[in-house]
Amino acid sequence: MLNTKSIQLKIGATFVSFLFLVMIISLFYLPYEVNYMVVEDRFLPPSLEHPFGTDNFGRDILSRIMQGSQTAFLVGFTAVSIGGIGGTIIGAIAGYVGGWIDEIFMRIMDAMMAFPGILLALMFITVFGSSLTNTTIALGIMSIPGFARIARSGFIQYKQFDFVKAANGMGASHVSIIFTHILPNVLSPIIVAASMSFAGAVLAEAGLSYLGLGVQPPDPSWGRMLNEAQSYITKAPWYTLAPGIFITITVLGFNLLGDGIRELRDPRK
Amino acid sequence: MAFLLRRCFTFFVTILIVMIMTFLVFRIIPGDPALTILGMDAEPEQIAALEKELGTDRPLYEQFLDWAGGVFTGNLGESLRFSQPVSELVIDRIPVTLSLAIMSIVITMFLAIPIGIYSAKKQGSWVDTALSITTQIGMAIPSFWLGIILMLIFGLTFKWFSPTGYVPWSENPSEALNSLFLPSLAIAIPQIAVVVRYLRTTMIEQLQLDYVRTAKSKGLKEKSILYIHVLKNALIPVITIFGMIFADVLAGSLVIEQVFALPGFGRLLISSISYRDLPLIQGMVVIIAFIVLLMNFIIDILYRWLDPRIELK
Repeated sequence: MLNTKSIQLKIGATFVSFLFLVMIISLFYLPYEVNYMVVEDRFLPPSLEHPFGTDNFGRDILSRIMQGSQTAFLVGFTAVSIGGIGGTIIGAIAGYVGGWIDEIFMRIMDAMMAFPGILLALMFITVFGSSLTNTTIALGIMSIPGFARIARSGFIQYKQFDFVKAANGMGASHVSIIFTHILPNVLSPIIVAASMSFAGAVLAEAGLSYLGLGVQPPDPSWGRMLNEAQSYITKAPWYTLAPGIFITITVLGFNLLGDGIRELRDPRK
Repeated sequence: MAFLLRRCFTFFVTILIVMIMTFLVFRIIPGDPALTILGMDAEPEQIAALEKELGTDRPLYEQFLDWAGGVFTGNLGESLRFSQPVSELVIDRIPVTLSLAIMSIVITMFLAIPIGIYSAKKQGSWVDTALSITTQIGMAIPSFWLGIILMLIFGLTFKWFSPTGYVPWSENPSEALNSLFLPSLAIAIPQIAVVVRYLRTTMIEQLQLDYVRTAKSKGLKEKSILYIHVLKNALIPVITIFGMIFADVLAGSLVIEQVFALPGFGRLLISSISYRDLPLIQGMVVIIAFIVLLMNFIIDILYRWLDPRIELK
């Protein structure tokens, strides 16, 4: 059993490192300029010059995929940071203080969870307009309740421990108890959640960009590329493959990484 | 009874918070709503008239009470884009999205339960491992990409199903089924993966319990233990993730309707965003959130009723 678990972690880490490498390379080198259009080269099937073919403007799909990985990492990282920090603080206060503050915070989190999937983001985009920044902030806010719930249950569990009572007795402030005594203990489920949320944010961004509500053209985004690919699906069926596979690998990689870390930290389950 | 009361209370409080949130989000729009509609060079009299019509000249809490009262009586205001009551527009779109949701859930249960049982039965074998990999991939694939691929293969290449468009049930039931099958399948596949994984875990947990050993030792057949005793107990926890699945299916149909050009809830919502048709979007968001909360409420009560051992957290 132990063997299969480490495999999950290994595959996840491999996928994530691969994508990270692609992202780093794309910062310094791209085979073609992402918006370089060659009219005669429209809809070229995969070849040595264009491993993933070319799109409806004759742009190189591989270059756009590579550039798109920057968008994916930027959105994932920013959204997880907003959700992780915001959610952990809310969950920490709710769990540590308890009482009616807990009740109010958690009811608000429940209410946020009633907006399924991208609905909260759609609301946000309607109000503030569609741009990559707004989409990312919306996805970050969307992931707050998940982190808050995990942090809260950790804080409820740990605040009863003797070492917390001891710290309190020695005159440690609540802020220092929350951050230096309890938080390090509940960090591992939060890291697992961060990995899973990263996957969720990438998936949601792809969906929103597919709908034309995330990344705006001509900037490349995997979701946006799938939208363009669908319009020319009979002419260039290969166009849809690369963006789809890259989204899947990213989501799969971060999910497996999260699962792997969880099993490593908590071998009972 | 105490459970029921408390659950009802939290249900209504959460609905109230959802409504306040939806209301406030649409009120913090940068710029004056009347100005946005009329454009920059509108006359002050025109703006004042429209503000009166929209009710934005009154205090915030009055506007909220007005709107909230409307939500409960089915009056969600009038769409700016269609000049039609929001409730009418929404009712028109319900059959498509509801059919999609129901079909996806039926497909999910129909496939996920047998696969989950099989995976648990073959626990540790290569079939189990293969299924575990497949379900991981299934959860990672974006459903709209899946939709595009299914459309390409079964709609455009083999022509077994219509690639896009929708035929109402009342017109031709078999055509309607045909037009909804691929989108439902695309929504269902990630959900199948989730249910298979969850059912496998609960089945394996159940198989290790004492009652299974007792049943075995009194000579019950392997099959009747698995399908009668274990499955029944393993399916009860699956009900709890049903609320999540239902919400995911609704969210999935928002995007999938776009892929297959189905005139449902999602298409109306997405197309209204670029028009900034605020009353319509606000109304639809509240309705979706209400449906999700109601489903979760029903599921919680159902779960409690099926398994009275569960204490209220």
